[in-house]
Amino acid sequence: MPVEAGLPEERAAKIKQRAGRIRRKALEMIVAAGQGHPGGDMSSSDILAALYFDIMRYDPQNPGDPTRDRFVMSKGHCTGALYAVLAAAGYFPEAELATYLKPGSLLNGHPNRTYLPGVETNTGPLGHGLPVAVGIAVAGQIDRAKFRVFALTGDGELQEGSMWEAAMFAGHRGLDNLVAIIDRNGLQQGARTEDTNALEPLADKWRAFGWDVVEIDGHDHAQLLEALAPRVERSGKPLAVIARTVKGQGVSFMMNQAGWHHGVPNAEQYALAMEELEREYGA
Amino acid sequence: MSAAQPGNDKLFDCRDAWAETLVALAAVDDRIVAVCNDSVGSSKLGGFQKAYPERLVNVGIAEQNMVGVGAGLANGGKIPFVSGASCFLTGRALEQIKADCAYSAANVKLCGMAPGVAYGELGATHHSIEDIAWLRSFANMTILVPSDPWETAEAIKAAADLDGPVFVRVSRMPVPAIERTQPKFGIGRAETLREGDDIAIIANGTLVHHAIAASDALARDGISARVVNMSSVNPLDEDAILAAAETGAIVTAEEHVVRGGLGGAVAEVVATRHPVPMRILGFPGFLPTGSAPWLMNEFGLSAAGIETAVRDLIKAKLVSA
Repeated sequence: MPVEAGLPEERAAKIKQRAGRIRRKALEMIVAAGQGHPGGDMSSSDILAALYFDIMRYDPQNPGDPTRDRFVMSKGHCTGALYAVLAAAGYFPEAELATYLKPGSLLNGHPNRTYLPGVETNTGPLGHGLPVAVGIAVAGQIDRAKFRVFALTGDGELQEGSMWEAAMFAGHRGLDNLVAIIDRNGLQQGARTEDTNALEPLADKWRAFGWDVVEIDGHDHAQLLEALAPRVERSGKPLAVIARTVKGQGVSFMMNQAGWHHGVPNAEQYALAMEELEREYGA
Repeated sequence: MSAAQPGNDKLFDCRDAWAETLVALAAVDDRIVAVCNDSVGSSKLGGFQKAYPERLVNVGIAEQNMVGVGAGLANGGKIPFVSGASCFLTGRALEQIKADCAYSAANVKLCGMAPGVAYGELGATHHSIEDIAWLRSFANMTILVPSDPWETAEAIKAAADLDGPVFVRVSRMPVPAIERTQPKFGIGRAETLREGDDIAIIANGTLVHHAIAASDALARDGISARVVNMSSVNPLDEDAILAAAETGAIVTAEEHVVRGGLGGAVAEVVATRHPVPMRILGFPGFLPTGSAPWLMNEFGLSAAGIETAVRDLIKAKLVSA
């Protein structure tokens, strides 16, 4: 798929609509499965939509294409949003989404590259995706390849030491083909990150590790497209996009509630959520 | 192999064979890259670095990242040989080996340098005598424990040819070059180095030459002890194990704890398919201070130790029969 052309506002409007559909699809999957991680799915949907429907170059018919841009889901538990976006991108039929978490499904609670096209590496335990993304970027650097590598990390995930091993090495290697996007919703499973093991000043930390940093509203589609756009001048540094997000974004009763890290809406909540999402993001 | 010819008393550090082989492979396949953790010296990657500086990825002292980076390099089309002291490579990065390599079926070659008790006096933190038990529990993980320089080179070549994750132990403890009439290496294929029908000794790595010496000594007393080199711990050559069980007794010997290594792997086959008396030779656990040779001798991982175990087991076999 080519990098999208068009007026910035048109592109942003399209991403917004796609992000709304991902949210609704993820909730539908979670309700059908009776489990899931809706909070993180909602906070990361806009980022995923921007990547898959505008920024990244890939061919779902040829998932192993060596020239493809890569996406690594370091926060591997947000599979509701990830599978919804991969299906919409054409990696597998949308009908498959109805099997989410069911016995024998290709759609496991965490993504598996060995049987699901579009998945680059198996994640789930936190702190794994960024090192793998760094390795892919090193391969690209050695080959002077044109592909870009994107990793989406949780913010709580940045409490894992392996993330900083990877960050340090990416800075050292000057991997300007690498973008780490931090889904900075401020909540981890049980509480606020800042009350658990504080991450701030987060931008300073990335800069100190040799990265360029941009801080954006992770639900503002125009800002996402601008931050993730191909970098015209090679800076010799990897890029950290700190995307300030809201866990549960788009569903009033989930927003900013750590309790919705896991969880399944009841029938009434589900109806309300779908209504709110359609009103905000369109059909 | 250039230097490592059998037939004399010379002892070899298998890291030399590993390093030469890697450089030779890299010369004909530009996908080969070396990944290490500040271990250019201890992994003997100096020659590789000189020949292919752009293909040496030194992540510094960061094993979790090293293995993750290895998986990423494989995704990017490379054949990464990830090497470091076996104790840190396997222990520190165990979850990366599980999730990023084995579970992801990534084409990563993990090469554990100076495994076993090669670091002697440095103590249990630096011994790598649990590595096989840990990695053997992962599906998808090929595990090779070569016995000498020739087999180390063959294992590295076979690892490069296989599409999938492989762990190779690369011994630092000096070993002789083993005499072979028909040298042939194959993943999943055991090698019989001495024929014998009274009992079978199944060994790998640094214990193979001791097993041969034990078998030769026992032969002088009329005991016919087969020696099977089980360098491929996963996949196992189950046929060779069942054939060994036909002798009526099996002694295993390895530079590893007695739980979950080669002995455990053999016992799983023997217990379920052809039960016979067994002895599992290895280390009991965390070890006292001592040099590598002292530790090996002290815990019976020597020709004499194997010989004693064989004599004991033959008595047990006769009693049970």
